[in-house]
Amino acid sequence: MSTIAAISTPDTAGGIAVIRISGADALGVASRIFDPFGGKKVSEMAGYTCAYGIAHDDGERIDDCVLTVFREPHSYTGENVCEISCHGGLYVTRRVLRAALRHGAVSAGPGEFTKRAFLNGKLDLTQAEAVMDIISARGEAELKMAEELRGGAAFKKAKACSTRLMMILGDLAAWADYPDEDIPSVEPENLSAQLVSIRAELDSLIRNYDSGRIIRDGIPTVIVGRPNVGKSTLFNCLSGYERSIVTDIAGTTRDVVEETVRLGNIVLRLSDTAGIHETTDVIEGIGVGIAVKMIDQAQLVIAVFDGGCPLTEDDFNLINKINNKKCIAVINKTDVPQLINTDFLHDNKLQIVYISAKEQRGIDEFKAAIESIFHLTSEDLSAVTVANERQKGCIDSCISCIDEALVALKCGEMLDAVNVILDEAEQHLLELTGERVTNAVVDEVFSRFCVGK
Amino acid sequence: MSYFMGEFDVAVVGAGHAGVEASLASARLGCSTVMFTISLDQIANMPCNPSIGGTAKGHLVREIDALGGEMGKAADYCFIQSRMLNRGKGPAVHSLRVQADRVKYHNYMKKICEKQKNLHIKQAEVSEIIVENGRIIGVKTSLGAEYKVKAVVISTGTYLKGKIHIGEVSYESGPDSALPSKYLSHSLNENGVELRRFKTGTPCRVHRRSINFSEMEVQNGDERIVPFSFDTPTDGLTNQVSCFVTYTNSKTHEVILNNLNRSPLYSGRIEGVGPRYCPSIEDKIVRFSDKPRHQLFVEPMGLDTDEFYLQGMSSSLPEDVQKAFLQTIKGLENVEIMRPAYAIEYDCCDPLQLKPTLEFKKIAGLYGAGQFNGSSGYEEAAAQGLVAGINAALKIKGEEPMILFRASSYIGTLIDDLVTKGCSDPYRMMTSRSEFRLLLRQDNADQRLMPLGHRVGLISDERIDRLNKKIEAVEQELVRIKNINIAPSDKLNDYLTSIGTSPLTTGCKLSDLLRRPQVNYNDIAQFDCDRPELPFEVIEQVELQIKYEGYISKQLAQVESMRKLEEKTLPEINDFAEIYGLRLEAIEKLNKIRPQTLGQASRISGVSPADVSLLAVWLQNRKETK
Repeated sequence: MSTIAAISTPDTAGGIAVIRISGADALGVASRIFDPFGGKKVSEMAGYTCAYGIAHDDGERIDDCVLTVFREPHSYTGENVCEISCHGGLYVTRRVLRAALRHGAVSAGPGEFTKRAFLNGKLDLTQAEAVMDIISARGEAELKMAEELRGGAAFKKAKACSTRLMMILGDLAAWADYPDEDIPSVEPENLSAQLVSIRAELDSLIRNYDSGRIIRDGIPTVIVGRPNVGKSTLFNCLSGYERSIVTDIAGTTRDVVEETVRLGNIVLRLSDTAGIHETTDVIEGIGVGIAVKMIDQAQLVIAVFDGGCPLTEDDFNLINKINNKKCIAVINKTDVPQLINTDFLHDNKLQIVYISAKEQRGIDEFKAAIESIFHLTSEDLSAVTVANERQKGCIDSCISCIDEALVALKCGEMLDAVNVILDEAEQHLLELTGERVTNAVVDEVFSRFCVGK
Repeated sequence: MSYFMGEFDVAVVGAGHAGVEASLASARLGCSTVMFTISLDQIANMPCNPSIGGTAKGHLVREIDALGGEMGKAADYCFIQSRMLNRGKGPAVHSLRVQADRVKYHNYMKKICEKQKNLHIKQAEVSEIIVENGRIIGVKTSLGAEYKVKAVVISTGTYLKGKIHIGEVSYESGPDSALPSKYLSHSLNENGVELRRFKTGTPCRVHRRSINFSEMEVQNGDERIVPFSFDTPTDGLTNQVSCFVTYTNSKTHEVILNNLNRSPLYSGRIEGVGPRYCPSIEDKIVRFSDKPRHQLFVEPMGLDTDEFYLQGMSSSLPEDVQKAFLQTIKGLENVEIMRPAYAIEYDCCDPLQLKPTLEFKKIAGLYGAGQFNGSSGYEEAAAQGLVAGINAALKIKGEEPMILFRASSYIGTLIDDLVTKGCSDPYRMMTSRSEFRLLLRQDNADQRLMPLGHRVGLISDERIDRLNKKIEAVEQELVRIKNINIAPSDKLNDYLTSIGTSPLTTGCKLSDLLRRPQVNYNDIAQFDCDRPELPFEVIEQVELQIKYEGYISKQLAQVESMRKLEEKTLPEINDFAEIYGLRLEAIEKLNKIRPQTLGQASRISGVSPADVSLLAVWLQNRKETK
């Protein structure tokens, strides 16, 4: 059975999120995306042990995480299981999952961990119906999602790629199955060129995926700063900007209320607690309290400083806490004489924006700073992207098969081998629609080629 | 009135390519077998093209041979031209195709059947099956003869309520002017077998002296001939004839288009569904109107006849129109038609009613094979006949049935497709139907299936010993070349550069060198001093296994993950609605197809992965509560 991975904590911002990987190669996958501090090897870790280290994607650091290893049969699913606990921001969590999917795991189906647990005899029989309930409900949800997806631009684009790939498969099949008919032969150079073009198209669908998410879902953002630097004013100022839409999304987590603020093309999801609104005790809380948790979860930290006075000890502490996050240092109160020395901010490579929240000056610069920090371009803002990790996974897998086929073609491999790789490439795309390759190819041949006795 | 005429283990209804294999298999496995045919002169007849094999079909023939069937040996004995198709497109799609002498083939198979111990041949039209309590107990002929049997294989081909159409004329008939089987459909229907109408067609046969071959392209056979059967010696095989190629043109198309109104297909007189892969010439011209010409092959029907077959020109247009359009074709200006082209409609069953053993789900002991199951082609028929015959015999002997896993063979793929997905038009085997093409090559059919044929009892101990020796020789040579170091030398590097691959800078294993697509085993002999003398079949396997190692192991991994689902057998389930959580569409499909395993369920269209998960959990739950 394949090794599967999924985020096993609720898909919302939370304190800690867990990415669970289960299957024969779970430790293999984990070892490719997680480096324990101290150089211990993941593959040598015993069951029920943890390691602290760095989760990365091809060496690009994602987050400090804790890896817990369970060895079969002593795990939830009864298989080898690795759980990576990372800071609960959605962005970080998804990146870790994606790294796992890129390094040998496949996306877990509805209720699949539980199903495996059940099949491996790890669950009580009385739980069977509950398990089936979950699978059934999630299966329905997935179908529904797929149906909704069908109308979307991303789907149409993927479908167009799938159609082009299917034409290639049809060419190959007709050419192989009807050698005596006068069917144009398939030339490797031409085939490569077509594959390169399809690959580029698919790549555009996922290249914008992260920015697409940001655009769609908003950037989890937290505003921090010591009291009286103007956080509330900034907040209100952002809320009022360009008749922005402010909605309450209540109950996504137990104790956090989110406010969605639209800033031109950018949506900020300001995580808001009493702490922020009342601008009290934030600094004191740093280190152990709720603010640290919020900073961890956020993808963007807006640190507000008072331009009218020098940096304080609290400010220095704050800067030290946030300098590894995507962060904008907002120097507020440009409407009063400036006494602030920004050297320390520069030393910590923070992006600095000067505003007057009160007079609503510098907001455009502030917006531009956010766009630049997330590398958003106008292309991204209008780009079509796939909707979720699962779809992205399908397209990723398709692309890697196309790459493999291109290498095979370059090496001069026979077309029967190339054909089998391309079958697999198409299979990944067809997962988006639930079709099957062999049936589809046969239909393609008969509809396009005049063959037969 | 009726009378008792005897008792047999197995009755086979029809003696075409399916019936012959079914009968031989059953008799060879020790069951007393009676084979009925409407005419003894039609046994193993080829009413359409005089050829065996072709893409994917050639694979089927080799698989039939590996399992202990007869078709490969017959084709080797009767072939008059042989070609390995698709050389140069990769070993997965290499396919053997021969022109066969039609009369010789019939004579060979008839003689083999006559000689076969336990096999009795009767010329009779079976008109009834006799079923008691959901179990087959006998058959009855149109003369009133009753036979008591334990199993029946229906392999009626295009005979079942056969109806021929030529232009405005239609009449009840089997293929090649044989009598049709008129009554069996009714009896099958009464016993709950759902039938439907399919149609197929064949082109006309023309006289040799009326063909101007000098106007046509010649197509000759291969120099080195590979036989179908793993037991046929390769020496002494020779091509005896040539085939020819010519083309239709705009004039041909014009004649056809002007007479479409006289075609029974376009006037709606034919209700049967025709095969997509084998359209009539009028179909091709209408559907692919942008094609300026269509190719046709001119093939001899045998050595002792002047009849030629016009492959590509199947038609149901009237005889005068056939003559008119053929005369527009280069080389056929003076064509003399001996047998006109015709379309034939026939009754067949919906194969979704069958288990993977080819036994009907509803009637124990009743099996279907060949065109009756909705397939098309001699090879597809023979493959199913063999499987049905084997399973009928195994059942009578009280042994486990033989079910060919999809990943094991084209035969398994064919049957799985038929019984799981069904077919909406006559089903033809194609390499693109198999997702495991790189494993299911025609060259390794012996390794894939002979052990199974041996277990079943159709392959002798001596034969399996020979196979094991071959496998051993392949293994040894693989080990040897994986351990031999090749040092770079000027001579080697010159050679490598000359064939378009990069020179060596450091030493490497011989196998690494062989892995390069440009390098082949025989050509590097000069750099491999201690090479043992090995037969071609061993070298072929060594070379393929090295070159395709990466792809093969990838496909093997896919097979392995599939096998787990395949091994989970589903019990008899009356109504899948009782399984909690399944979606309505899945319930309907599952109730109709009644899959035997989780693997089969997973391939039913409309059954989602979540549905399969539910079945898995349900299955586990059931096992543990028991």
